[in-house]
Amino acid sequence: MKNLRRHSLPPEALDTADRAILNTLQEGFPLTPRPFDDAGATLGLTGAQLITRLQRLREIGAITRFGPFFDAEAMGGAFCLCALSVPEPDFDRIAALVNAHAEVAHNYARDHALNMWFVLATPTPEGIARTAHRIEAETGLTVWQFPKLREFFIGFRVTA
Amino acid sequence: MTRLDDTDRRLIAATQAGLPLVQAPYACIAADLGLTEAQVIDRLSQLQARGVIRRIALAPNHYALGMTANGMSVWDVEDKVAGTLGEMIGALDFVSHCYLRPRAPVWRYNLFAMLHGKSRTEVENKRTRIRALLGPACLADDILYSTRILKKTGLRLRDGQER
Repeated sequence: MKNLRRHSLPPEALDTADRAILNTLQEGFPLTPRPFDDAGATLGLTGAQLITRLQRLREIGAITRFGPFFDAEAMGGAFCLCALSVPEPDFDRIAALVNAHAEVAHNYARDHALNMWFVLATPTPEGIARTAHRIEAETGLTVWQFPKLREFFIGFRVTA
Repeated sequence: MTRLDDTDRRLIAATQAGLPLVQAPYACIAADLGLTEAQVIDRLSQLQARGVIRRIALAPNHYALGMTANGMSVWDVEDKVAGTLGEMIGALDFVSHCYLRPRAPVWRYNLFAMLHGKSRTEVENKRTRIRALLGPACLADDILYSTRILKKTGLRLRDGQER
């Protein structure tokens, strides 16, 4: 998405109907032939009005995603959260070595003794171990692996 | 692991960037894939029933809505109650991810919960709420704020291939 902003919108950017859309459609969107008409009906909007508002909300960066949310593991593939304890003077050099791997999906610097946290994504579970070993060989550091043992149901909702 | 056929993969590739904002979005996707609207709706509901699709919904950009502070809170709780406590933390409306992960020699924490708020103070208040919720079952906890994004790429199917 081109407008993935990391800063707040001014409060006046959203009116009551916009906020109702953001709050309501987080809960789900119908799998029906005319889903915007159906979703709009509960919001007091026509399908066309709902579409126009969603286009604008997307343009101003108020929406991260609209559509199906896939379970990446159910689609095949393996994922693993990993962490390194990187000596501070070496931080940028090590970050470049880690990031050079296509298997590194994202990587964050964090304020802790384990100061570099990244996610490995590979087509097979063996790919995780292989990539972790390569990173260890290149950096001389231990790659601590924190695979997900269990994921809990998430009730996260943002109130617009 | 769920087996996906070629049509499933094409449907995933066609929708992973989002639904088209048109009156009949499923018919629009169907036309692109050479399927009928009923087939697309039926396949998507099957994928949802199988857990490949978690939900079809809108995700607000929580940064744009003022939730600009976030931290990875980590908790050391007794293994035998970790499942129950993880369920409790995940259900809170300010936790966007909650996982049970293994400990390591340099790492004592087994529950991970991403916390979001409008300020770091608000995030810390939420952390305090979780600590109160866990009570004596929590042996130690910490929170790791991100100081820099070093790399960020989406997790996507490439050209319809599994990855």
